[in-house]
Amino acid sequence: MSSENHGKDIAPLSDPGLPAHQHRRTDTDPKAAKKAERQIGILFTISALGALLFIYSYTFMAENLFIFMPIMGSTNAKQLFLGLGMAISLFFIGMGAVQWAKTLMPDHEVIAHRHEFRSDESDREDFVKTVKEGAAAAGLGRRSIIKRTLGLALGLAGISPLLLLRDLGPLPKEDFAKTSWKAGTRLVTDPGNRPIKPSDLEVGGVAQVLPELPNGVVRQLSDVGKDAVLLIRIRPEEFQLDAERLSWTHEGIIAFSKICSHMGCAVALFEQQTKHLLCPCHQSTFDVTRAAKVIFGPAARPLPQLALALDAEGYLIAKQPFNEPVGPSYWERDSA
Amino acid sequence: MTATERAAGTVANYVDERTGAAKWLKKTVTKVFPDHWSFMLGEVALYSFIILLLSGTFLTFWFDPSLKEVEYEGKYGPLSGLKMSAAYASALHISFDIRGGLLMRQIHHWAALLFMVAIVVHLLRVFFTGAFRKPREFNWLIGIGLLTLGIVEGLLGYSLPDDLLSGTGMRITETMIQSIPVAGSYLAYFIFGGPFPGEIFISRIYTMHILLLPGIFLALITVHLMLVWYQKHTQYPGPGRTEKNVVGYPLMPVYMAKAGGFFFIVFGFTAFLGAVASINPIWLYGPYTPGQISAGSQPDWYMGFIDGLVRMAPPLETHAFGHTIPWNILIPGLIIPGIMFTGMALYPFIESWMTGDKREHHLLDRPRNMPNRTAVGVMSLTFVIITVLNGGNDIIATHFGLTINQIMWASRIGVIIMPPLAFVITKRICLSLQRADRELVLHGKETGRLVMLPHGEFIEIHEELTPEKKWTLTQHEQLAPLAIATEDKSGVRNPKGIRAKLQERVSKASQEQIEKPTSNDILELGDGHH
Amino acid sequence: MKFISKYRRNRFFGPALLAAALFVLGTSYSVASATTFKQVTPTDDKTTLIAEGKDIFARGCSSCHGLNAEGGAIAPSLIGVGAASVDFQVGTGRMPMADMSVQAMRKTPVYNEAETAALAAYVASLAPGPAAIKNEDLAWERSGDAAQGGELFRTNCAMCHNFAGQGGALTQGKYAPTVMGAQPKEIYEAMITGPQSMPVFSDKIITPAEKLSIIKWIKAAQAEPNLGGASMGRTGPVTEGLLSWTLGIGGLIGVAVWLTAKAR
Repeated sequence: MSSENHGKDIAPLSDPGLPAHQHRRTDTDPKAAKKAERQIGILFTISALGALLFIYSYTFMAENLFIFMPIMGSTNAKQLFLGLGMAISLFFIGMGAVQWAKTLMPDHEVIAHRHEFRSDESDREDFVKTVKEGAAAAGLGRRSIIKRTLGLALGLAGISPLLLLRDLGPLPKEDFAKTSWKAGTRLVTDPGNRPIKPSDLEVGGVAQVLPELPNGVVRQLSDVGKDAVLLIRIRPEEFQLDAERLSWTHEGIIAFSKICSHMGCAVALFEQQTKHLLCPCHQSTFDVTRAAKVIFGPAARPLPQLALALDAEGYLIAKQPFNEPVGPSYWERDSA
Repeated sequence: MTATERAAGTVANYVDERTGAAKWLKKTVTKVFPDHWSFMLGEVALYSFIILLLSGTFLTFWFDPSLKEVEYEGKYGPLSGLKMSAAYASALHISFDIRGGLLMRQIHHWAALLFMVAIVVHLLRVFFTGAFRKPREFNWLIGIGLLTLGIVEGLLGYSLPDDLLSGTGMRITETMIQSIPVAGSYLAYFIFGGPFPGEIFISRIYTMHILLLPGIFLALITVHLMLVWYQKHTQYPGPGRTEKNVVGYPLMPVYMAKAGGFFFIVFGFTAFLGAVASINPIWLYGPYTPGQISAGSQPDWYMGFIDGLVRMAPPLETHAFGHTIPWNILIPGLIIPGIMFTGMALYPFIESWMTGDKREHHLLDRPRNMPNRTAVGVMSLTFVIITVLNGGNDIIATHFGLTINQIMWASRIGVIIMPPLAFVITKRICLSLQRADRELVLHGKETGRLVMLPHGEFIEIHEELTPEKKWTLTQHEQLAPLAIATEDKSGVRNPKGIRAKLQERVSKASQEQIEKPTSNDILELGDGHH
Repeated sequence: MKFISKYRRNRFFGPALLAAALFVLGTSYSVASATTFKQVTPTDDKTTLIAEGKDIFARGCSSCHGLNAEGGAIAPSLIGVGAASVDFQVGTGRMPMADMSVQAMRKTPVYNEAETAALAAYVASLAPGPAAIKNEDLAWERSGDAAQGGELFRTNCAMCHNFAGQGGALTQGKYAPTVMGAQPKEIYEAMITGPQSMPVFSDKIITPAEKLSIIKWIKAAQAEPNLGGASMGRTGPVTEGLLSWTLGIGGLIGVAVWLTAKAR
């Protein structure tokens, strides 16, 4: 209690120094130490058994054997025991080593001293002197011709190889604004490539659609990334469109680019009752009755609408290409 | 001398005669390392990195980074005969035909997740204890660099198998590149070799993922560790620990056994996760095509904050003079993360400007003793947690009976009002804890034992703290707020002017503290029991 | 009585009494709330079936769907939806809807098979619509192609139901339910009738053969064990990240605490 310190010149809040070392049982009792040694031995032995389990699983266990485990359900035995074997083998080496350090290795705390990082004044002065002398000897400061031409040479040598990167890819030019959809292109199902008649699609129905490609042309994923279209049929009276956009529909069937105007995910989630399209990536929500106007979420623009018509055989075709670039925004994009 | 000792001696002699190694090895084996569990978080990250290197090398023996279209002829029935990229097919091959292949894929991916978790937890420990102060600012910068590169490396890594989920992520990444003003469309075409997805991007990110980035990692991690080695590790305050010493255990044998053992433990634990927990089941996702998407598509957790920011962004886009700037992508995807990481990187310098403290520090702070810093940390963490949660808003909605609309709006509003609220609450809590510490030192610990005094009063007996404990609670320094003179003795105005005034103001606000008890306070208490 | 006073201070007495009281309360409620529906036996007489269906409809459905199934403010018209819709909605217990929330959830069906058939016959009599499907009529095991079914599922279904058919969020609290555990006929009927938020997948858009392939894939996914270990709901990176932040770093920190603790 502080009463004993009354009147004395003390500093009770000074550093009392490292606490005295406490001995562990294994330090004083040789039987405890032997027990600890046996414990460590057991840990290392468990590790060895794990390795054996690993070897056995790899060599002898059948690949199509499935066993039931709690939480995991039915699972592949070989994969499970290979993994468990490896895990046990590694884990218990560590446990053994740590237990060894904790119980048997000396646990006296050691004090080391930190040295100041700052160099001596004399070292600093020597360094500065040497550098200055070296710089003066090089004469860069005086020799402006050398300085300027060296700068020029190094600069050009550094910058010019960047030209080598030019062939990483083609220039985009007008690519972003072009798709495979042209006037008269037939809509075909994805997958299946079947052309579609209006009667094929019921009210409340959707179809995943791609443009029909000319004979012999193979569809690339890069094409799908711009051409994918979603076909939706609702009751015609439910549209709230201006005359031009209404003329792009056909008997309640409307087509939109499936590539989200936000960040390019496929927008194909059609809620039949609300007539909303939801993009699952960032939850942008589009209203089909109002030409995919954005009603929620981060998308800034509606999905481009594809104008539909019928060809001579009654199949749905594109009346014209998209009137704006599909997909996410970019610097050169020039429509609202 | 035993045979082993003789053999070891021969080897040692051989090496020393050629390198003079004994001289510096002598210092090395006795180097002292402080021992605390919170110092092992960085180790988890380091060991996870080694596990990534080992398991990753294994995977490279079979992975084919090609986008060439092939028809699947492997043993997984539900994908039989489907067209897919060679990359995806080779990842399936590793999963189903190579014995231990799925295990190694899962170990690799779990190690990656643990790597990032460990980096973040380690960062939080370093931040809240002030270990980034001089002379360790440079190490902090390297750490932020490792965090940033780790996020990129993980993104590239899980995109390699070219499955539906990661391909969607690549599409979103391409959009972020494309949205950059002026250069965006060119950068996107150059990186992907043409329109998305193109035929080449998997082999390009493969090179980045297995060669370029690991090389940079190795270099940065080496410098990071060398600095820790050379500057010596920090230590928590306590009896016998000063700014001028390091108290701990020597490298040989204790630290080697513990740290080496911990490596095996981390590896074993990661292998355990790889054995029992399914991760990235690419055969269920299916091969990537831009025409497909799954409900509940998220990136790996360390990208979650960007996903959350993008989801809550207002639909802002500027369209003028024939050009478009999509703010709804640039702000959440590039600008805010840029501000976050730059802020994190600059924090040591900002704090030393605020406090005016330019000295070396090797003793760590207890978070409560630096209430401003702790409050800033909790504020930033609150911001990140809200954005990460919003990144999973559709999964949270279906599992907790909420709507995605509610969660999105709650996040939009929450991300603005919760962080300042968290700051204020945390700071007050820290100051309360300081008050509690002061009470502890002055009046001792409550024992819960009640005693009735002869005259009828009940008192609770307080046990005085041990000198060690008192020291630990009061050893910290409480810097006075800066007082910067506006004019010097001769009436010359301070050239720093407004900046100096601002610094003073900030320092005063940030250095609010509860005064710790001095020896005088204890003396004054005298014989008072309680 | 002696029993009660002898054990009244036993520490298990309280919980046992509580359990007994709950049991009595529960069984009394079950007995009291049991209702008997007029048993409808399957009959070959179609007119009788339709009449029985109309009767059930009047009692259980007309309050929302109108006395003539014409619909109203709170429920759509059922004229033309066909027997398939009724078989799906009533068979999965979605209808009658328990509460007027945004989502009609699958629950224990109120009506048995015979009653459902009667209701279906009645609604089918109102106007032509898709006929109900029977499980035995769907030869998905024989003629379905699981791989093709998977492609079709990922293109047409995964955006709502998730890549593994586990379900997903729609707007305003609605959700697409899991398709795991659904009967083949339920899956088929859902595709052709487009229940609630789900769109209609006409036979020309997804052919009957393709529908069988989708069913085959769903059943294969359902039967497939989790090949890599516990799947945490086949939900993706969110649960994986959660595990790394809880068990992952938590376990390792636990080890670190033990590692740095002083041995006794």
